[in-house]
Amino acid sequence: MKNLLPLEAKSLNVIFAGHVDHGKSTLIGRILWETDAISKEKKETAIAYCKKNNIAFEYAFLLDSLVEERTQNITIDVTEVHFFYGQRRFRIIDAPGHLEFLKNMISGAAKADCAVLVIDASSGIGDQTKRHAMLLSLLGINQIVIALNKFDLVHYSQHSYETLSQECKSLFERLGLSYLSIVPLSAKAGENIVERSSRLSWYRGGSLLEVLLGLKSSASAESSPLRLPIQDIYRFDDRRLLAGRVEAGKIEQGDLICFFPSGKKSRVKAIHHWPAESSPRLVTAGKSTAIQLEDEIFVERGEIIAHENSAPLVATDFSARLFWLGDWPLVIGAPYIFRLATGQCMARVLQINRVIDGSTLEDLKPIPIEVKKNETAEIILRTSAPIACDPFDQIQSTGRFVLADKDRISGGGIILKALPSKPLHETQSLSRISSIQRIKFLGHRSGVFWMTGLSGSGKTTLSNRLEQMLFHRGILAYVIDGDELRSGLSKDLGFDAQDRRENIRRAAELAKTLAKSGLVVIVALISPFDADRKNARAICEKQGVLFKEIYIDAPLEVCKARDPKFLYLKASKGEIPKMTGLDSPYEPPQQCDLHLLTAEESIESCLGKLLDFIIPLVRISPDKEKELLEDPAAEI
Amino acid sequence: MQNLDNLESQSIYIFREARYAFKNLAMLWSMGKDSNVLLWLAKKAFCGHIPFPIVHIDTTYEFPEMLEFRSWAKQYYGFELIIKINHEAIARGVSYKTHDPVTVTHELKTVALKQALEEYKWDGLITGIRRDEDGVRAKERYFSPRNQSMEWEYKNQPPEFWNLFLDTLPNNGHVRIQPLLDWTELDIWLYIKRENIPIPPLYFSKNGKRFRSLGCWPITHPVNSQASTIDEIIEELYHTKTSERAGRAQDHAEPNAMQKLRAKGFL
Repeated sequence: MKNLLPLEAKSLNVIFAGHVDHGKSTLIGRILWETDAISKEKKETAIAYCKKNNIAFEYAFLLDSLVEERTQNITIDVTEVHFFYGQRRFRIIDAPGHLEFLKNMISGAAKADCAVLVIDASSGIGDQTKRHAMLLSLLGINQIVIALNKFDLVHYSQHSYETLSQECKSLFERLGLSYLSIVPLSAKAGENIVERSSRLSWYRGGSLLEVLLGLKSSASAESSPLRLPIQDIYRFDDRRLLAGRVEAGKIEQGDLICFFPSGKKSRVKAIHHWPAESSPRLVTAGKSTAIQLEDEIFVERGEIIAHENSAPLVATDFSARLFWLGDWPLVIGAPYIFRLATGQCMARVLQINRVIDGSTLEDLKPIPIEVKKNETAEIILRTSAPIACDPFDQIQSTGRFVLADKDRISGGGIILKALPSKPLHETQSLSRISSIQRIKFLGHRSGVFWMTGLSGSGKTTLSNRLEQMLFHRGILAYVIDGDELRSGLSKDLGFDAQDRRENIRRAAELAKTLAKSGLVVIVALISPFDADRKNARAICEKQGVLFKEIYIDAPLEVCKARDPKFLYLKASKGEIPKMTGLDSPYEPPQQCDLHLLTAEESIESCLGKLLDFIIPLVRISPDKEKELLEDPAAEI
Repeated sequence: MQNLDNLESQSIYIFREARYAFKNLAMLWSMGKDSNVLLWLAKKAFCGHIPFPIVHIDTTYEFPEMLEFRSWAKQYYGFELIIKINHEAIARGVSYKTHDPVTVTHELKTVALKQALEEYKWDGLITGIRRDEDGVRAKERYFSPRNQSMEWEYKNQPPEFWNLFLDTLPNNGHVRIQPLLDWTELDIWLYIKRENIPIPPLYFSKNGKRFRSLGCWPITHPVNSQASTIDEIIEELYHTKTSERAGRAQDHAEPNAMQKLRAKGFL
């Protein structure tokens, strides 16, 4: 056999992307025609179809196969075709340009090694050109050739080439993308496709196919650290086999391996393939394999096998870049199914940091509270369980994920980095109603404002006035005070140290729950010990509830003189043992969020300070408020 | 990695995902070249076991050589074989003598498959179709949902990227799992050669003719060819300008025949 060399070679996957009507299908059709990759019959069918329907022959008809595609002259779904040229084998992926079919474009682009971005030279960069370029950068495709098509319509003008090249350069710079060449051509007239065109004599570069011949297949991940996500565990006979594909690195018989996120360890006893005699000792990136362990440890699908000294990230919080394809917007706080490699769990968006308008590439201002279909965003994501992954720029296959909304894959993204799992102000609620929905309904954010201080310092007085003033400003607030707790929730508790501590814990739990329901909660409790208040803060912040400690400070003598509940009096008579401030210490906050001196300032002045402190924390910024008002039906 | 290693690994990955996602899985098998590669890959995916039944939709228009191969392969590979015939249509007199190829193909293949699905309630069905067979199949996904009537919603397919496939069932329908989508006719032959996969003899030239694609005998025609070894077939395919399914009459019976057949549930 001669000339069969390219058959053994891996094909180079090239996606043709670009704005609708800029001529992608025509260009591919022309390439197939010129490289003689189209069967005689297919050529005849396309010619006959055109003749029968009395239309001019279109090279695109060689590709678009659905009736709707021909009659409407658009590409609906991806097509893939193979052809040989030079000593290479190519797989061309023809992606639809229409915004409507973006999910099909991404489905095609995700498996490409490189891209040809087709731009109509007579009309310039289109919205989809920008969108597709952005998606290519998100998908990690960094070999891009720009094909400036329809040069017949601009009289093969060098000036047009220079102007457009400049525009392309600035577009790519904005996206942090680089391109390999900008090739002027005419798909329709067949100029500069295979041979260099004499009509473009001023152009110094290669024809499109010459440029394509110079592209590389995606680099193998063989030299990266080992990543082998477990697909399944088989026990068809007396062997227990872990099946999966080596996504990066290599694995060898005898290797000590670690499972992530579980952290379990074992050694590779053997690698089993079929037929048995084909079983290797070593498997490298790209190969599907099945391994047997030395120990019968319990591991599951979704765990990633790695070597101990080059572990993946294990975390629950990540920053990520994402494109959203769902018919329903991506909403903060709503549950989605998160899938990465073979792993799956639930995830919620904690924060949206950026939303980019795909057609202008501008950041949307103000930052939206949801991501709509076909938008790209930067988000902070929290998974329901720790997951193992890698930053996308380090290992691609374990650095990308999808989000499914009720079984339907609705978005895809890449991991930028893992974040420490610290609570953010946006609540992670287990409720079906997201914190954002509550904020929209109530018109304000929630939080816990914990007033601590001696009996008589003014906590109750200030809290009750504050509750009223907030309420009159449209902010739903509620006061939890000691008497109410003691008469109900903490009825079973006494006043010894342990029961007092439990009383504070219950107050904190109740405050947290009310805050999660959307309320501004004011807690008025002596809460004398710093450790108890720290615990209360932890209870709230762990669930993303805003917590502020306010020290209501007045000297003991002033408090004694006020003695609103006659507690000091009763204590002096021995009726109250261990009265705080008398025979039990009060620990002032080491670092409070607000310090009010009620002996020195009037009630009105203290209330003013309280309002100045609380309102900015719970109020929604005016532009966000406007947006909420304009879109009352969102998310419901 | 070379091309065939790559294709093999991806197909095995798809097989394993299918078995994980769908508990009531079956695989269609026509005894043709692609079907036998599929069978071989299933053995590889599950380390020598085929953990689901193999289904042959028997139109009763099978070449005798194929039926012979069927019994031999069942023995050789050791799988559970389900043979399904649409007896009802045959009783109604549906035949190539009385009906056009599109109708007969629909009745004896698509409807028979529908009957089998109703009987066995498979949620996942592995098939051996390839994108390069025709332009409509080129639009397929690896995991492709079908509704209860087996219809393919080709205008609204689920997105599919990074090997993260559909893993849940559409309402009362099933999912077609297609591990050979990326393979070309040439790849199939290169792989048959590399792995030494058994295939029926009809593919090799006899009296100057051979079959490139096998279907019902009344509507499947051989092509002119001198290729009597796998090497010669590979050489021939590398240079041919005739399409693979040129000998399959059902594809050419009317314009867009394949799209119509496939939208209704044909493979």
